[in-house]
Amino acid sequence: MDKTSVQKKEWEPKIIAFLCNWCSYAGADLAGVSRFQYPPNIRVVRVPCSGRMSPNILLDALKAGADGVLVSGCHPGDCHYISGNLFARRRFAIFKSLIEFLGIEPGRLNFSWISAAEGEQFAKVVKEVTERVRALGPARRLVKEI
Amino acid sequence: MSTTNSTITEDIRAKAKQLLSSGEVAAFLGFTTGTLPMTMRPFVARRPEDAERLVWNSFCVMNLANYLPDLLKSVEPPRGPKDPPPEGPLPKVGVLATGCWSRNIVVQIQENQVQRDRLVILGIGSRGMVDRKKVLAQVDGREVWTSEEGEHSLVIEGPGFKKEIQRWDVVRDNCQTCIHPNPVIYDYQVGQPVSPREVKDRFRQVNEIEAMSSEERWSWFQEEISSCIRCYACRNACPLCYCPTCFVDDSRPQWVGKSIDLADTSIFHILRAYHCAGRCTDCGACESACPMGIHMRLFTKKLEKDVLELYGTEAGMDPDVPLPLTTYKEDDPQNFLITEAVGQTSEAGEGVKP
Repeated sequence: MDKTSVQKKEWEPKIIAFLCNWCSYAGADLAGVSRFQYPPNIRVVRVPCSGRMSPNILLDALKAGADGVLVSGCHPGDCHYISGNLFARRRFAIFKSLIEFLGIEPGRLNFSWISAAEGEQFAKVVKEVTERVRALGPARRLVKEI
Repeated sequence: MSTTNSTITEDIRAKAKQLLSSGEVAAFLGFTTGTLPMTMRPFVARRPEDAERLVWNSFCVMNLANYLPDLLKSVEPPRGPKDPPPEGPLPKVGVLATGCWSRNIVVQIQENQVQRDRLVILGIGSRGMVDRKKVLAQVDGREVWTSEEGEHSLVIEGPGFKKEIQRWDVVRDNCQTCIHPNPVIYDYQVGQPVSPREVKDRFRQVNEIEAMSSEERWSWFQEEISSCIRCYACRNACPLCYCPTCFVDDSRPQWVGKSIDLADTSIFHILRAYHCAGRCTDCGACESACPMGIHMRLFTKKLEKDVLELYGTEAGMDPDVPLPLTTYKEDDPQNFLITEAVGQTSEAGEGVKP
């Protein structure tokens, strides 16, 4: 399917959400249980910890055609593995800055902290991310056409 | 005429000869003349008489730290993977180190790739290395037969021309903006320490690109890497790239396709640069090794700038300061988070935080 036909068919952003098992995934669960509405544009991938996220995986998602990526973990200090998210925070800060420097639109890559109690916050973040990615349009940079 | 570099060459030869004949080191890592003009080749002297072949000049662009982990292994007595390490101290290796190379050695020590007590480091204050491509541009890409180096000039000779070039005009970009020309760690000093250069803005090239729009930066990045032939010379020249299997060679999962599709090439360059975050000393070996003239040094320079701004450290300056991505602080900046823009919901905050 080429790009133009995708756009004609009312394009909807595809967002890959990497959620940490202990906080954000449970936060997403709570959002569902509490019936908070959020856009159905995210595809959730559960990861053991936000510290598990390697930039390889984020770039792979973009290469495979994801329009946006969201990575969410526990709040600093709440990590199940004590400090996984604190290492991740440094890595993400540097990585986001690097790929924006190289011309990837800000907003394609999103990071947040969502605890297991923040169902409403989860819905809010997903709404915000979806709006940002929708405003950017379909991903073109880094997408590998096969 | 005796120049700074010829004096340093003499000193290196004398010291290497002495270290090798006394048996203090099993091998000495330096440079010798390459097969083409204006190229130098890393050289391992293993016998005292080999020391005469060591040369020091302005074309020593490769980073010697790159060869250390393998060289240290090669001088150890042979043993199987499950054999216990031999008793007594292992043989030592002598190595030349300028500012950036010594910082790379510090990074390798921190990452347990080399052991400080197995190294004998000859520190040299670097006057900046010459970019071969800049010299070739000065002579309109004509063939160069010989290059004669004076104190502040180069005399380039080729078919039907002879040209004198000011040395500083053809010094590599990274050396021109270098503020740490003297080695951080060394056992012996060769030559005089260099007085630190006045650099107005060492991130000027990065700042210029940052000032562009996202669109322009993307076209700059694509333009820059479009000639990449994926020879991985930049990776092989890099003293930070010692992984037994590089991510580009992984086949399951295959992070980077083998084609020269621009998406694959982009991902290769992003990840190669990113793996150097907080470790790169801007030695410029990647750029010097590149056969296509890609300025991939700018990608790592951006990382260097970010790390300095966010975490206030520079790679390899102090063996006791942990590498920035192997540590953290409770209050690291996190204004890149989307939650900063959305704001926290009031009731959620109460639920989690005591």
